[in-house]
Amino acid sequence: MLILHCPYCGVDAEETELHAGGEAHLKRFGPGSSDADFESYLFGRENPKGVHFERWRHVNGCGKWFHAARCTATLEVFGTYSAQVLEPPQDIRDAITAKRPGWSWRDIQ
Amino acid sequence: MSELSALNGAAFHGTVTVEDAGLQGMIALRGDLASAKLAKAVKVATGLAIPAVRKISSEGDKAVAWMSPDELLILAPYEDTGDVVAQLNEALAGEHVLVQNLSDARATFSLTGAPGALREVLAKLAPVDLSPDAFGPGDFRRTRLAQVAGAFWFEDTTTARVICFRSVAEYVYGLLCVSAEDGGEVGIFG
Repeated sequence: MLILHCPYCGVDAEETELHAGGEAHLKRFGPGSSDADFESYLFGRENPKGVHFERWRHVNGCGKWFHAARCTATLEVFGTYSAQVLEPPQDIRDAITAKRPGWSWRDIQ
Repeated sequence: MSELSALNGAAFHGTVTVEDAGLQGMIALRGDLASAKLAKAVKVATGLAIPAVRKISSEGDKAVAWMSPDELLILAPYEDTGDVVAQLNEALAGEHVLVQNLSDARATFSLTGAPGALREVLAKLAPVDLSPDAFGPGDFRRTRLAQVAGAFWFEDTTTARVICFRSVAEYVYGLLCVSAEDGGEVGIFG
């Protein structure tokens, strides 16, 4: 059972109180973008074995979206953080580096 | 305005007593909870301060509960909700807020019984740590009750209140009754 800490209401919410929102930090390419950018925005997703960043929503709770960093292989959670950021904050990156030295995800290291 | 509560006063007596708590005034207030103007408006309308995260503050027949970082739930007697909404709207004129009377959108249940049995009835339905150290009077929790969204708090150690959407009131009442059935005691909270 995955347990994520909601950074908004402070609850250690278990999976059944949450709703998965897919990959984190997608950059939207809309009207006027190139076909390749639009295609990768729509369909291009990471599928890592290891460190991954996701969006989650505390649906049966405070209702807020947040970000989570976790390992897809072990289900270890490195941390959760605000939805209002475009990339993982430094403390989350440090927490991952402490446990998975040399990790990378997209172009983030 | 509806004249009847969702289950029209139904009651069940098991390890605890589950009752339809009747019509309860509920107002959703969304806005910046850190704003002094909002705090003042809530104070004027209810006499209460804005509660801390996941808390409920209450006095007399009014209460204010923390719903999310930008939402409060104000409880007031059903007949007074119109006045409270008007007071809030007046005090918050020009602010970026939402004041909405949701009394008829929800159902309220009252659970009374021994402290341990009360905790157990809720613990069977929600993924929440209900040990006395983790959750007590003054705490407010939005969560799920089996398959639907709901919220609950303890008024005191022998009384709990449960709210859910009116459309699922019958389902939640059924859940609470099954959870409180005689012979279903686990005894984990003494």
